[in-house]
Amino acid sequence: MSDQLKRSNEPVFWLLFGAGGMLAALIGAALVFVLVFAVPLGLMPEAALSYGAARAFAQHWLAKAFLFVVVSLFFWHAVHRIFHSLHDIGVHAGRGARVLVYGSALAGTVAAAFALALIGG
Amino acid sequence: MTGQTKTVAVLRYRPEQDEAPVWQEYQVPYGDDTSVLAALNYIKDELDGTLSFRWSCRQAICGSCGMMIGGKPQLACKAFLRDYPERVTVEALAHFPIERDLVVVMDGFIDKLQKVKPYLIPREMRALEDGEYLQTPEEMDLYAQFAGCINCGLCYAACPQVGLNPDFLGPGAIALLHRYNLDSRDGGQAERMEMINAELGVFNCTAVGYCSEVCPKMVDPANAVNVNKMNSARDYFFRFLRPAPKQGGCR
Ligand code: FES
Repeated sequence: MSDQLKRSNEPVFWLLFGAGGMLAALIGAALVFVLVFAVPLGLMPEAALSYGAARAFAQHWLAKAFLFVVVSLFFWHAVHRIFHSLHDIGVHAGRGARVLVYGSALAGTVAAAFALALIGG
Repeated sequence: MTGQTKTVAVLRYRPEQDEAPVWQEYQVPYGDDTSVLAALNYIKDELDGTLSFRWSCRQAICGSCGMMIGGKPQLACKAFLRDYPERVTVEALAHFPIERDLVVVMDGFIDKLQKVKPYLIPREMRALEDGEYLQTPEEMDLYAQFAGCINCGLCYAACPQVGLNPDFLGPGAIALLHRYNLDSRDGGQAERMEMINAELGVFNCTAVGYCSEVCPKMVDPANAVNVNKMNSARDYFFRFLRPAPKQGGCR
């Protein structure tokens, strides 16, 4: 019990989770609508999602910041949820799983930063 | 009484004879106003004197008759046979060790209550001649809701995280902790934050919210827990700068 009294580092992950959840709630549904329904069903012009348009969008530094925040925070939100859901269904994953789960979010974050940097201004 | 009877199925456990809990059914006459507690008392008085359960006030204020009724954590004196079509199941409160029949071991819960220092730690010491510690109605409003807890344990039976990690401080104790932290006369927040921030603290909660749903006194422990996640996060990052302000009241 005594070692249960030590300070939890959870606030770091919980804040990232919360921020990702907020973003997901705000724009997640709209993203799914645009990508999965609106464009394929022709409700929006196909050109809106063309490579050229997407690339042009991603070249602006503000759009880069937006994409980086969306992609990385969605990662952090998802892994936190997965980790706690595993616990809920009785898989009490230890330190190794923690590193694996949050490590994959970190990898996703780094990959997003790299990809955006490669696109250039 | 209507002359009709209803089946009350009780999960019995008598450590001297049962290896594991076993179901036993009783036929109980009932009326519109027959509570589950009244039914249990009928069983004990008329059918089977060996049945054990806790109760005292019969009016949802002592907090001793918490049990699983129809699979939900409820006060036996506040649940009624009329709400169950033919048969109602009664079991000991979930997530607590069973001592005997419907009586559970509350020691771990009491321990947690003590841990959160559920008493006023005066903000400033006053001499007798300085008079009372005064408080405005607005200041009282901030915490009054959380002061309604009767320690019945229903929220612990409702909380899946208490079930998974019995060391988790849990909804009731955190609501009580919050009640004192929000009190304008209290200065013990820093001491209590240690429990909130700890591994056994608020971050065990996954915001299920069932604790607040089952509370018979309309306390909102889920709110106390979740407000303290923010308090804890603030404390985590700004602990070297300044003490966190009092906030997060909820009526
Ligand atoms: S007997 Fe007191 S709360 Fe039910």
